[in-house]
Amino acid sequence: MSQFTLRIRRYDPRSGDGAYWDEHRVDMPETQSVLDAILKIKDDADGSIGIRCSCQQAICGSCGVRINGKPGLACNTHLDEAAQRRHVTSPSDPEEGRGESVIDVEPMGNMPVIRDLIVDMDGVHWKKIQRVTPWLINKEPVPEREYIVPHENMVDVTQSMACIQCGACVSDCLSMEIDPLFIGPAALAKAYRFVGDPRDAQPRERLTDLSEDQHGIYDCTHCFNCIEACPKGVDPMSQIMRLRRIAGSDYDIEDRNNGYRHEHAFVKNIRKNGLLHESDLLADSYGGKFHPRAVPELIGSLPVGVTAFTRGKMTPKTALLHPHKAPKEVKQMFDKIEGRQRRNELNLYVSGFEDAPDEGAGKEPAGREPGRPGTAQDGSSTADAAAGSERA
Amino acid sequence: MKVAYWPGCVSRGFTPELHGSMAKVAPLLEIELIELDRAACCGAGVIAEHNQELADTLNARTFALAQQTDGELMMNICSTCQGAQSECQQRLDANTEYRDEINANLSDEGLRYEKGLTNKNFLWLLVEEIGLDALKQKVKRPLSNLRVGPFYGCYIVRPTTRLGIDEAHPRDQYLHWVIEALGGTVIDYAGVYKCCGFPIITMNKEASLAQTGRHLGDALDAQADCLVVPCPLCHLNLDLQQPGAAKVVGRELGMPVLHLPQLVGLALGLSPKDLGMSKHIVRPTSVIDWSSSVVAGAAA
Repeated sequence: MSQFTLRIRRYDPRSGDGAYWDEHRVDMPETQSVLDAILKIKDDADGSIGIRCSCQQAICGSCGVRINGKPGLACNTHLDEAAQRRHVTSPSDPEEGRGESVIDVEPMGNMPVIRDLIVDMDGVHWKKIQRVTPWLINKEPVPEREYIVPHENMVDVTQSMACIQCGACVSDCLSMEIDPLFIGPAALAKAYRFVGDPRDAQPRERLTDLSEDQHGIYDCTHCFNCIEACPKGVDPMSQIMRLRRIAGSDYDIEDRNNGYRHEHAFVKNIRKNGLLHESDLLADSYGGKFHPRAVPELIGSLPVGVTAFTRGKMTPKTALLHPHKAPKEVKQMFDKIEGRQRRNELNLYVSGFEDAPDEGAGKEPAGREPGRPGTAQDGSSTADAAAGSERA
Repeated sequence: MKVAYWPGCVSRGFTPELHGSMAKVAPLLEIELIELDRAACCGAGVIAEHNQELADTLNARTFALAQQTDGELMMNICSTCQGAQSECQQRLDANTEYRDEINANLSDEGLRYEKGLTNKNFLWLLVEEIGLDALKQKVKRPLSNLRVGPFYGCYIVRPTTRLGIDEAHPRDQYLHWVIEALGGTVIDYAGVYKCCGFPIITMNKEASLAQTGRHLGDALDAQADCLVVPCPLCHLNLDLQQPGAAKVVGRELGMPVLHLPQLVGLALGLSPKDLGMSKHIVRPTSVIDWSSSVVAGAAA
């Protein structure tokens, strides 16, 4: 048995009072969960603490909370692990604070608090899930018997199907913190579940919708918080990047938010220069220096540019003429790889790691993602031919 | 120590003071830099988002060039490079068949990546290879009374497993440790581990600058004198775009943002001018009263 201090964030919006910390001490085995401790406190000391929970087995996704600053499920976080989770250790003594067993439990972020640890999932999370048409749109005609789907495709989408809708990723999404309209990691992972499913009839329409929305796939900042938050290994950000890759490369969907243009301008820029030439990238991301869309943006950037010149960050020469040129081998590499009929990809969720053979979920051909539409096979790729042709 | 040095693109583009200050600081720390001048951009996550094989090949090429040198390891000075390269390396190291396919793309150039390269950001190298005690001994001008807010950004702290962050390597604490080792005071504020917003600046400028403005404002409220960043892309938003961010959040900011080698260089005795600080949009020299902080430390 060990002693832990739980500091629970309490708040009742109907009371008219502000939020406050409520401290309780418990003696419990350290391998019991934070949820076990909260339920014990409810039984022994204060039954009024509000928390949503059900299965206690990390399946139902009800008990999402923030524990010592990190979102997750109260039911699958051990007390000792929670206590060791640090905000920041003392720079002078990294061991300081490790011995303490204080566990702060707060409601998840980015969602309004209904009471104590209970947040309004309907108002935020579920609305966003509904936003992405979270069901399969059947291809017609529907087969007389079952659909036959390539194994790799289904293993691939099982990663997003593993989501238990706990809201942990939504809680810590840094884009949503600034832009509450961002569709967000959970809903976009759900969107990939259908875009990546070869049975779905409307991947192009789905992707067009998610690209055109200013708060859609191109509103993610790559902060990786959702990957860290997810208790089920869904990697929402990786699914968002897949959505972008399929939208931009397979369907050539040109959105209004410069996502497509920025990506293609970046690739073109590196092919030409080897190293990034920022001035060109900025202009090309808006369609080129003289494009009507670019002109107001470039004029808007003028004050920044002028200061950068006067500070010596850049010179007219470096702004106009990039000092670097890509070696011809790099150009050839771009042309060869970009010219493939099918993208060659390794999905570690499917393939696992050679050094940890038990982690792999998939079988041969190991870990290859569904390729781009088309039927031709490139010799160096082992991607399954059927995967891409489904969508051709 | 001798390292294969990857400066990245932005340190030779819009933040030339970063590359310049690293070159000045390296000899003081007895780091010999072997610059990988034939290597190309890491892709910054954008190329991987477009075509994974292309990003993996570009970085495998950089790794192969690093392995051709006699450097003990590869060092970068950009968190985004660290994150993007770690992602590619994770795939390359995980699967022999895939690695062979990527290496086949490099064969025309006679290059080959062998599994197991060590690639460390300057921050990690400072703590893990040079060591905080050795660093402290080299300090000539402690950053006394300088209140520094660490700004880690994203790519160097997440995802933790890929970046090797664990109990034995609490790399998400290293900026704190280095600030203290240099004699500065660490300022805690809400933005320490948040995103600068740079990746969406061309897609959703308002949201991007709102992120930057909020973090700068939080640091200001916590009475930080300056921020320190291990990433030049964060620096672009936090410093170059700071006037725009101030407009978006509707408050005066004026927060100097130092690159990590600049902060180290100051403590090792280099002048703000040597370290290219006059190139910043918010000039640290005009905001921080050096006479009562850093310079006072030198006299002591």
